[in-house]
Amino acid sequence: MKVVYERPESLLDVPFTYCPGCTHGIIHRMVADTLDDLGIRERTIGVSPVGCSVFAYEFFNCDMVAAAHGRAPAVATGIKRVHPDKIVFTYQGDGDLAAIGTAEIIHAAARGENITVIFANNVIYGMTGGQMAPTTLIGQKTDTTPYGRSVEANGHPIRVCELLSSLDGVAYLERVSTHDPKHVLKAQKAIKKAFQYQVDGKGFTLIELLSTCPSNWGMNPLDSLKWLEESMLPYYKPGVYKDIG
Amino acid sequence: MPFIKVRDDLCKGCKLCITFCPKQVIRMSDRLNPKGYYVAELFDKEGCTGCGICARMCPDVAISVYREDKKEVPA
Repeated sequence: MKVVYERPESLLDVPFTYCPGCTHGIIHRMVADTLDDLGIRERTIGVSPVGCSVFAYEFFNCDMVAAAHGRAPAVATGIKRVHPDKIVFTYQGDGDLAAIGTAEIIHAAARGENITVIFANNVIYGMTGGQMAPTTLIGQKTDTTPYGRSVEANGHPIRVCELLSSLDGVAYLERVSTHDPKHVLKAQKAIKKAFQYQVDGKGFTLIELLSTCPSNWGMNPLDSLKWLEESMLPYYKPGVYKDIG
Repeated sequence: MPFIKVRDDLCKGCKLCITFCPKQVIRMSDRLNPKGYYVAELFDKEGCTGCGICARMCPDVAISVYREDKKEVPA
């Protein structure tokens, strides 16, 4: 009897600090599996964001840098330009990437920096306690929108993949979900493809992963997966938004 | 027979493995881990096919899958 599936080498043997049922762990695993599969762990440098996943530098078994809030693509740009032979990825949430870091992500994409962005979108600020994010859905109740987000007061949610798809510097953009095994397999393939594009030097790649926040949504892990499927998928449609092939 | 092992120190009892197990052979045990979570366990070794879906969906990467060879597992 042998082990056919276990903790990837690219993850350190420490427990995650995420809440029970948080899909950050599933995404970490997929990134780590990809680094193992492509054999690039030794030459990978990751950039962790500010947010729940700020401790990503404690979990990944590769070199990691922590960036100021939203500035991960700028830090990754610097690392990649100084070390073009390294594989550089950022791991960001929606509060980090789509709010305070909007300028950085748009310009990194427009410049066509050869980096990979792993973007976990759970439509809420997780670490700070459940405030409205730019990606929060219309009508969604959060700490700062107790009666639900309204268009009049708060504007419309940002769709990052659609926004970036018009930029010429982007090589690969895909939105995937993590709410069931089928979609997780798709997500795994997308992440692997994005890293492969970077290895081949094709340009900027971003994978948006729809994920859950059971604690701040006020649901148990299973209900939050259902809510993701029923409420988020109609607005944030999974699919490939750009692929230069 | 294929089987899985759940690491008690990592499991947070979120039940995603139980939900997505196609054979429904995982359940919550009555064991508490040091963090105070009830942990999941495989209760029917005969039923496990070693498909690995539980391990892939585990947010805490607490599950290892064991089996002889890929060929043994029915598709």
